[in-house]
Amino acid sequence: MTTNGFPRNAGCPLDPSMFEGHAVNLSAAERRAATMGTRRSVKKAHQAAWLVNAIKMIDLTTLAGDDTKERVQRLCAKAAQPLAPHLKSALGLDDVRLTTGAVCVYPTMVGHAVQALEGTDIPVASVATGFPAGLTPLPLRIEEIKYAVAEGAHEIDIVITREHVLKENWSALYDEIAMMREACGGAHLKAILATGELRTLRNVYAASMVAMQAGADFIKTSTGKEGVNATLPVSLTMVRALRDYGAETGFKIGFKPAGGIKSAKEAIAWQILMKEEMGRDWLNPDLFRFGASSMLGDIERQIEHYVTGRYSAANRHAIA
Amino acid sequence: MTDIISLMDAMDYGVAPEDTKIVDQWLADHQDGFGHFIDGAFTAVGQTFDVSNPATGAKIARVTQGTDADVDAAVAAARKAQPKWAKLSGHERAKYLYAMARHVQQHARFLAVLETIDNGKPIRETRDIDIPLVARHFYHHAGWAEILADEFPNAEPVGVCGQVIPWNFPLLMLAWKIAPALAAGNTVVLKPAEYTPLTALAFAQIAAECGLPKGVLNIVTGDGATGAAIAGHDGVDKVAFTGSTEVGRIIREQTAGSGKGLTLELGGKSPFIVFADADLDAAVEGVVDAIWFNQGQVCCAGSRILVAESVAPKFESLLKTRMAKLRVGDPLDKNTDMGAIVDPVQRARIAELVEQGRATGVDVHQATAPDGCFYAPTLITGVDPASPLWSEEIFGPVVTMTTFRTVDDALALANNSRYGLAASVWSENINLCLDTAAKVKAGVVWINATNLFDAAAGFGGYRESGYGREGGREGMLAYLKTPLAKQGKAEPTPAAPHAAVGLGVSDDIDRTAKLYVGGKQARPDSGYSYAVNGPKGPVGLAPLGSRKDIRNAVEAATKASGWGKATGHNRAQVLYYIGENLSARAAEFEARLIVLGQSKTAAKAEVETTIRRCFWYAAQADKFDGQVHSTTGRMVTIAMNEPLGVVGAVAPDAAPLLGLMSLILPAIALGNAVVAVASQSHPLAATDLYQVLETSDVPAGVVNIITGPRDDLAKTLAQHDNVDAIWYFGSTEGCAMVEAASTGNLKQTWTEIAGLRDFTGQDGQGKQFLSRASQVKNIWVPYGE
Repeated sequence: MTTNGFPRNAGCPLDPSMFEGHAVNLSAAERRAATMGTRRSVKKAHQAAWLVNAIKMIDLTTLAGDDTKERVQRLCAKAAQPLAPHLKSALGLDDVRLTTGAVCVYPTMVGHAVQALEGTDIPVASVATGFPAGLTPLPLRIEEIKYAVAEGAHEIDIVITREHVLKENWSALYDEIAMMREACGGAHLKAILATGELRTLRNVYAASMVAMQAGADFIKTSTGKEGVNATLPVSLTMVRALRDYGAETGFKIGFKPAGGIKSAKEAIAWQILMKEEMGRDWLNPDLFRFGASSMLGDIERQIEHYVTGRYSAANRHAIA
Repeated sequence: MTDIISLMDAMDYGVAPEDTKIVDQWLADHQDGFGHFIDGAFTAVGQTFDVSNPATGAKIARVTQGTDADVDAAVAAARKAQPKWAKLSGHERAKYLYAMARHVQQHARFLAVLETIDNGKPIRETRDIDIPLVARHFYHHAGWAEILADEFPNAEPVGVCGQVIPWNFPLLMLAWKIAPALAAGNTVVLKPAEYTPLTALAFAQIAAECGLPKGVLNIVTGDGATGAAIAGHDGVDKVAFTGSTEVGRIIREQTAGSGKGLTLELGGKSPFIVFADADLDAAVEGVVDAIWFNQGQVCCAGSRILVAESVAPKFESLLKTRMAKLRVGDPLDKNTDMGAIVDPVQRARIAELVEQGRATGVDVHQATAPDGCFYAPTLITGVDPASPLWSEEIFGPVVTMTTFRTVDDALALANNSRYGLAASVWSENINLCLDTAAKVKAGVVWINATNLFDAAAGFGGYRESGYGREGGREGMLAYLKTPLAKQGKAEPTPAAPHAAVGLGVSDDIDRTAKLYVGGKQARPDSGYSYAVNGPKGPVGLAPLGSRKDIRNAVEAATKASGWGKATGHNRAQVLYYIGENLSARAAEFEARLIVLGQSKTAAKAEVETTIRRCFWYAAQADKFDGQVHSTTGRMVTIAMNEPLGVVGAVAPDAAPLLGLMSLILPAIALGNAVVAVASQSHPLAATDLYQVLETSDVPAGVVNIITGPRDDLAKTLAQHDNVDAIWYFGSTEGCAMVEAASTGNLKQTWTEIAGLRDFTGQDGQGKQFLSRASQVKNIWVPYGE
């Protein structure tokens, strides 16, 4: 099976030598992350282009206890038309199909989303496996995946059992993710590592590698519910892991930072990270997604500023 | 409207040029040229030279070539202003330094843009590194001014400081030089580099804007001749130079015998050591910060990568990938990683050295660079210590890579250099990191990091990288002096001794004084002796030492390096023991001193003081410790006092026991080995010491004593490349000779006219001696998990 011309990750047998003893120095990772956004600057038309590109890679998300069908429909409407028509037009994008990368919802909302997005080609992503803690029994988690897929989800964002990482029980982690991948069938699996709860960057690297070995199509930082969400140093570590995995196996793995990413500036910063560490291929929705909801509003405001020269206000843009 | 669709296809960065309007206007306002800044005002424009923007080749300013008369005027202004400036309270001086810090921040972008245009370095660096560090340096030293009297009691400013700075960090080096000088109460004549004088001139305007009293800071522009005029000026009390080792040598020779203080911050060829358990991606980024920072024009640049064989292929591959991503070009573009080389002359030099190296069969890997005064990031693999690329400072974006097998191998390679400025160590094993940091010969060591700077930490090198520190407490010491409590009269210079026979000297049982080398009494290589006179004629014979005896003694001292690794406690025990054994034989030493012409009281006092001094330095051996500097966040910056190595100590003629021991004791208390030249006229007090040393568990080679012609022996010591420092107490001519002869390995010197210092009193001991006997190594240890 292929996606956009490259083969889907087939995984490989668990191989701890690919991550055990792999050093990640926190201070150094922070230094590199801190200069990512100061070594590169994207201005004017380039900035507009980069911001529109970011829109294409957003998993527009609602994961709230009070989600309803109508709420999900509203989100889907925004996903289908993420940029106000006058802005799109002003950027010369009238003839371009511009949607977010996906919408991301809870399993019981998948049906509503699929319905609302009919005819748009926008994939529906579902969190699953006892999101966000992931501590429901494994058979139930597997069932949940199957349910979401049956409801029409094209992508499943699973959460891993943090305990397996903290105890360095790599085979348990591998087996769990491999079972989940199998349950996904044709749907893509995004493995949420909940990095804020793994703490060390070495753990982040190891968990990333196990997830990829077990067949994850994407690795994702956070549920958005941990104390610490997506950070640049964590992202750097995960991206280097997928780079190393790719060098070893030839498979291209996607990356999804999620949680706490709110500004257009961050949209640029993460794209710089992907371009610097991986190159242009990782600026496409098949290899990169933002897990975000409020970021889109800020991007629209910045684009309006580019178009009009005036600073914009949030209430002028449709909310998700 | 620009085609957004095609921009989205490419997803390039585009250009993000920094606006230069304000700086362009400033340059236009000064299109008639710049004069010097002397006595609080700009002088008329004299004969000028052009200053250009290396990135474009465009002439951007005309600057006055400083003449001898200009330097005279600047020194006179500084001299006139100095007493009043020094008399201000620390608080008053702090207010000026604080104002300068604030005004640098207020003009931050102007200075950053001007620096980039003048020097060619990327705007990211001037904006995020150079200028913030400049402000930080003034803030930090405003603090030293404020608390100077509390922290350095009895210290005084040196006077007028002549400072000559390089072109690689023009404004930052100005800050490093003038902030501590002014904080301490000195006044300054500073010459910026001829390639990059503009931010110094802008800073002069800022200083005036701050209301700095006239004459306190004087800026004279010009070339090397102007620099030489400043360094050689009689009215200058202290010279501080940052630049090439070659010019540093010239300045050392030029100032020899002038009595001027001197600090030198010179070249380097710093090792960048990557152990197998390092975070290799982090280390790769470290190389970027080490050698592709400021176009590699950094004295402390990690220019020799030493990588463990087991990870070398992987590291090389990662490094090449990263190197290819570097953007070289317009320094004003915010997307530029590397800008222009400062001048076509420098670019040609870099290219020439690389081509010379290429001819030796190494592999040269280069990224790309645009045409013009740019040079591509370059990695050269397969470089071994025999290659000129290993030893020559290239001062460009060129890094060599060499593999090692073991930790010992890595250290041997790291230390295989005439330089000793900085080192960078990469490993996740803290034991290995600190062990390497302790063993590497460098004034600054960065663990899992590189090129970190902060005003609170000392910066400066070992070996031919110079001496003196800039920044921190240790940096302040370079701009302060402790005056003698009571100044004595210069000793008469003793005539050189000659071998003699038939002097009619007799003892009950004949005693033969020998030399003391490597823990053994040794006959002089010459096979001659000379007469030692008391007040009534000859009282004995002393061996006539020669250059070969010095050679043997230095050899023995070098082998005694284990002493530097002994604990302070162990060294203290030995020093106490010397005191104990000296005390047991006090009567014998008193008698000897009386025979040599001392009064009974003076002899008793000299022995007594020597014993007390043994105890004082024994007490200091485990107490003269370092500091943890308060630098950046989540960082332990350890300032460690390390021994220099081999210290040559040439004793004054008078107080033949105490004078000699006052030099030996602080040196050995801190772990140095000593080659001492005894009082030429009265060496028998020294030769009597051998039995004391032998019975006091002093390890062989830690103390070596030579007798004979003082200045001949001093000259051999000063010229010896394996001697790390020389202390000389003798004649005026001798002081000049020692300083001039020290340039071979740029050893530290401490020269004084014998007799001025009263070794029997409080000036004969103290922390000043201990500072002289040590060098500070700053080790930066970041932490975080």
